[in-house]
Amino acid sequence: MSNFVSRAFTGRRRVPPELAARLPPGQYLETGFPVLTAGPTPDVAPGDWHFSVDGMVASPHEWSWNTFAELPFEDVPCDIHCVTKWSKLGTSFRGVSVDTLLERAEPRGGYLMARSYGGYTTNLAVEDVTGGQAWVVTEHEGAPLPREHGGPARLLVPHLYFWKSAKWVMGLRLMDHDEPGFWEANGYHMHGDPWKEQRYWSD
Amino acid sequence: MERLTPVAQRAPGLWQLGTVTAIKRETPTVKSFRISVPMWIPQLPGQHYEVRLTAPDGYRAQRSYSIASSPLDEDEVELTIDRLADGEVSPYFHDVVVVGDQVEVRGPFTSYFVWRGESPVALVGGGSGVVPLMAMLRQRRRTDPELPMRLVYSVRSAEDVIYADELDKDAVLTYTRRPPEGWSGHRGRIDAALIDEACAPLANGVAFVCGSNGFVEAGTQLLMSAGFAPDRIRTERFGPTD
Repeated sequence: MSNFVSRAFTGRRRVPPELAARLPPGQYLETGFPVLTAGPTPDVAPGDWHFSVDGMVASPHEWSWNTFAELPFEDVPCDIHCVTKWSKLGTSFRGVSVDTLLERAEPRGGYLMARSYGGYTTNLAVEDVTGGQAWVVTEHEGAPLPREHGGPARLLVPHLYFWKSAKWVMGLRLMDHDEPGFWEANGYHMHGDPWKEQRYWSD
Repeated sequence: MERLTPVAQRAPGLWQLGTVTAIKRETPTVKSFRISVPMWIPQLPGQHYEVRLTAPDGYRAQRSYSIASSPLDEDEVELTIDRLADGEVSPYFHDVVVVGDQVEVRGPFTSYFVWRGESPVALVGGGSGVVPLMAMLRQRRRTDPELPMRLVYSVRSAEDVIYADELDKDAVLTYTRRPPEGWSGHRGRIDAALIDEACAPLANGVAFVCGSNGFVEAGTQLLMSAGFAPDRIRTERFGPTD
């Protein structure tokens, strides 16, 4: 750890200790909800939205917007952490647990690629998205998920950097090995744990 | 073209102590900082660096800033920083940092919003979104000045133009608030007429769009209407980088 001190720097955005404890290293508190997307924003009408679980599974599944709506939904209060340094604390989403989605498909692989409308992908280990750690959400703070934030549906994996929470998600493809998704192939970390500051390949 | 090919990206990532060697005021709220970097490795035009400030009690703030300089400027990077009034790192750079100061930096990072020598190229920047695009313009000027590359640059007023002394015939400006006196060019936000005229002839190439989220949304839609394929439009949206 470096002992360097920046001349005459005191810090202007310090937060109270109880909030500071919820900020991973290198993050700062953001009260808004910034939009970060690589490329154009996909436009997916709920009626056209489908979600599939396939690849290395015993029983591939696909849901339409209407059949997805029959699954059990739950509220997900959480803190989210973007690799670009902002964190949003005490926000909430509503959606279906990935446990529920995978259970029906019976995974036969330990990894998956989340795939999105527009071509975005991100890789995850099954153990990072099961046990109540990940959801496919359609609401944010009581309202339908806005399009710029991934509506009609996005993945939510709040314990990893937010690029793992794929917007406009259309499916999970199970794999027997890990491979990089979009940002992971472009310099970001394969795992992305904010508490370990796993931002880039070298971290 | 050889100098435009991708550099081998050895793993960067170590924090290192850079030294500020020059500061240039670009506009009333924007300054460019030349920082010499002891373990410098070549960046691709469009990549960013991270900056970290540490207070005496250990409190730290980190932010990311686009590199404005060409990788042909070895052993240094230029970071152009917009001063955000309620920010933490940008006001420090503007109000405190002087030539000779040391700052902790690391980089370069990420390989999506980068120009690897593709041609032709349309660049669409809003406000300080022009910074990574300037790295591309500078690299092209020094490696292949005839390569077709054009910048559409949206700014509020004449005093807000960053890199004003470097913009030439390949830069098409539009002023959203106060154009300079006698301005006969485009006014107001980017629109179909402006993007079609400036970019449609480049539509078989790639496009880079950088600015606020609203600006990038508008720019990508207009570029698609002008004939660019969605997967040939790379975007960088401002996070709240302050």
